[in-house]
Amino acid sequence: MIVRIMGEGQVELADSHFAELNKLDDELLAEMQRGDGEGFRRTLHALLDTVRQLGEPLPDDSLEPSELILPSPDATLDEVRAMLSDDGLIPG
Amino acid sequence: MSGVMKRMGMIFRAKANKALDRAEDPRETLDYSYQKQLELLQKVRRGVADVATSRKRLELQLNQLQSQSSKLEDQGRKALALGREDLAREALSRRAALQQQVTDLETQHQTLQGEEEKLTLAAQRLQAKVDAFRTKKETIKATYTAAQAQTRIAESFSGISEEMSDVGVAIQRAEDKTAQLQARAGAIDELLASGALDDQSGLQKDDIQAELDRLSGGTDVELELQRMRAELAGGSTSQQALEGGAGTPQDQAQQQSQSQTRFDKS
Repeated sequence: MIVRIMGEGQVELADSHFAELNKLDDELLAEMQRGDGEGFRRTLHALLDTVRQLGEPLPDDSLEPSELILPSPDATLDEVRAMLSDDGLIPG
Repeated sequence: MSGVMKRMGMIFRAKANKALDRAEDPRETLDYSYQKQLELLQKVRRGVADVATSRKRLELQLNQLQSQSSKLEDQGRKALALGREDLAREALSRRAALQQQVTDLETQHQTLQGEEEKLTLAAQRLQAKVDAFRTKKETIKATYTAAQAQTRIAESFSGISEEMSDVGVAIQRAEDKTAQLQARAGAIDELLASGALDDQSGLQKDDIQAELDRLSGGTDVELELQRMRAELAGGSTSQQALEGGAGTPQDQAQQQSQSQTRFDKS
């Protein structure tokens, strides 16, 4: 599966790693819903590090659609919340 | 996967599709973007040319100042040789002022040269980027065209499958209808045979009616036989009259017609 880290690029991940990532992803969602900014940042970094570590980076000129998208490392809780709101990632 | 990753991916795709749908043709957008980049590149190149022109103008000014400076130096030397120290002093002080201008212009020249080098490098980098974009744009366009074709094929397939399922449903419906009719026909036969249902067509008869018919039919046969016997008894006299040549005019006409028919056929 191909995962995009916004502002960084794409990595290809074997499906076998998803159990591990799912745990972090669910934790991230829970922290976001709770409004736990510190926890959110910590989990986001852990998730991104895991993706970088386990994934194989795709070349910049490849044209593969991403199946999963992760916020950039410096994204704040509010920014991610705004991205997931009705306005979405691209306004309009 | 139901957390942030999945949701972001879904929203991103939905929005990207929406944005793409809004543009009449993403390939045109890419071409437009490429055109804009070319314009930018053109501007940067024009900037490089402007800086180079300024640099050349400075070089010309420097040359002029330096030749004026040499001229003043010569004049000072000549004045001194002629014993006019005051003139020599004047010439050298003017030369000193010119030298200050030369130094300033040289500093400006160096700055412009640095600027020009930077701009030239930027133009080269931009050129490389525009070239890369052109390649990528063509790839994206080709991918888009292929995706469009794939979508069309997929749509055709789904259309075909829908049609096939429609046909399947129609066949199923026809089969059900047939089975229903067969079952109904079977049931009616059984009901008619048992006498529980009256036969409106008159094709089916119960036993009593059949016997009555047989009996009445038998009476009719007897009556017919009697009538034929009576005809035969009366008919033998008319046969004899015919053989004797005393036929009615109708009989003669009939005989003539028969002989004509036979003639015609031969």
